[in-house]
Amino acid sequence: MTKNPFSPRDLQWHPPALHHDYRSTHLRAPQHKLLHMPQTETELTGPTFGQNDLGPLDDDLILNYATDGQMAQGPRIIVHGKLLDENGRAVAGKLIEVWQANASGRYRHVNDGYLAPLDDNFGGCGRCLSGADGSYSFRTILPGPYPWPNGGNDWRPAHIHFSVFGDGFAQRLITQMYFEGDPHIKLCPIVQSIPDETAIDRLVARLDMDKTIPMDIRAYRFDIVLRGRNATLFENQMEGR
Amino acid sequence: MSDFKESPSQTAGPYVHIGCAPQTAGLEQRGMGAPFGHKMIAGVTPGHEMTLDITVLDGEGAPVKDALIEIWQAGPEGSYAPTAQFSNWGRQAADLTTGQARFQTLKPGALKGQAPHVLVWIAARGINLALTSRIYFPDENNASDPFMIAAGDRAETLVAAKAEPGYTHVIRLQGPKETVFFDV
Ligand SMILES: [Fe+2]
Repeated sequence: MTKNPFSPRDLQWHPPALHHDYRSTHLRAPQHKLLHMPQTETELTGPTFGQNDLGPLDDDLILNYATDGQMAQGPRIIVHGKLLDENGRAVAGKLIEVWQANASGRYRHVNDGYLAPLDDNFGGCGRCLSGADGSYSFRTILPGPYPWPNGGNDWRPAHIHFSVFGDGFAQRLITQMYFEGDPHIKLCPIVQSIPDETAIDRLVARLDMDKTIPMDIRAYRFDIVLRGRNATLFENQMEGR
Repeated sequence: MSDFKESPSQTAGPYVHIGCAPQTAGLEQRGMGAPFGHKMIAGVTPGHEMTLDITVLDGEGAPVKDALIEIWQAGPEGSYAPTAQFSNWGRQAADLTTGQARFQTLKPGALKGQAPHVLVWIAARGINLALTSRIYFPDENNASDPFMIAAGDRAETLVAAKAEPGYTHVIRLQGPKETVFFDV
């Protein structure tokens, strides 16, 4: 193979494995450089998911953990956007999974002991598939900021975690979405492990009044970009299986 | 700079289970569909069933108990086409107490020009960009595999150990036996 179907990952754009101010990286950052290799069928392929794999409320965190007739507490929001590749093309039919704290900044997790209360009607887990044009959408509540142990007075900005699949495992990505205007973004060592401010800005969702539903729910827009696909090479590779 | 540059990665954090392995978070799937990736085998399969136990160790040799581990592998015929009996993708959280993740899977067949292998992908708190490695088998001929050759004198960090009824594999994030991680 002379040229890789997926465009190379710009490792200077992603946060480095070791970021001194984010303590958990100290013992978990590999010390060797990543070994660069050409892509093979293993990296070009990946799991697929269908609408039948999802439950009807999987994309509605306001309702998917709530007792019938009740709802999660907190400011109601729609989070939506497009799943694209670096060529600007839609990445269709791919699984997007999200998880988040509740409106008080507490996770429904056996290991979260933060004193803020759980919400009986909020689980914090959601998922959906991107549409034919790459669009995705889910309903949730605005998560709260929370403190975390990092040696000082550290608070996470309000955020939603994203796990995304692409056409091939080489595109697999985990990231976090932040909210426009949050003063904690500049203070957070996890966010600031990303070296470039332009890159950080790509993780900040914007208030979207066009998609906001009057008297009901505000919308935030967040586009997700996966590694580019060289269309011709990619299709040839897949047909050659 | 292109408007369409890959979204920068962020750590999965310690609560990754809520979204990706809710059974481990202690989260009942109230109102949700079934968790993904937990079972790779359904019914009677043609291949050789095996367990694959994976533990990730940090720079002090302590198990990474909040890791999320995914594997992606060929089926017994060396193909990535899923069948009704076998899913090529598996996902397990490390056990919150022991740090071990167990996959119940099939031994992969060889792909053209490569020895049988499993792609392994690790996300966790303190890992800013999820790590990709490979697992090879001690009872296969790995000598001419391009990834094993490229790994050079660190290639043995990619080879699992036999442990009936399958294999066990330790991934070291740091130290003299640090596992080889790939940028592919
Ligand atoms: Fe978080």
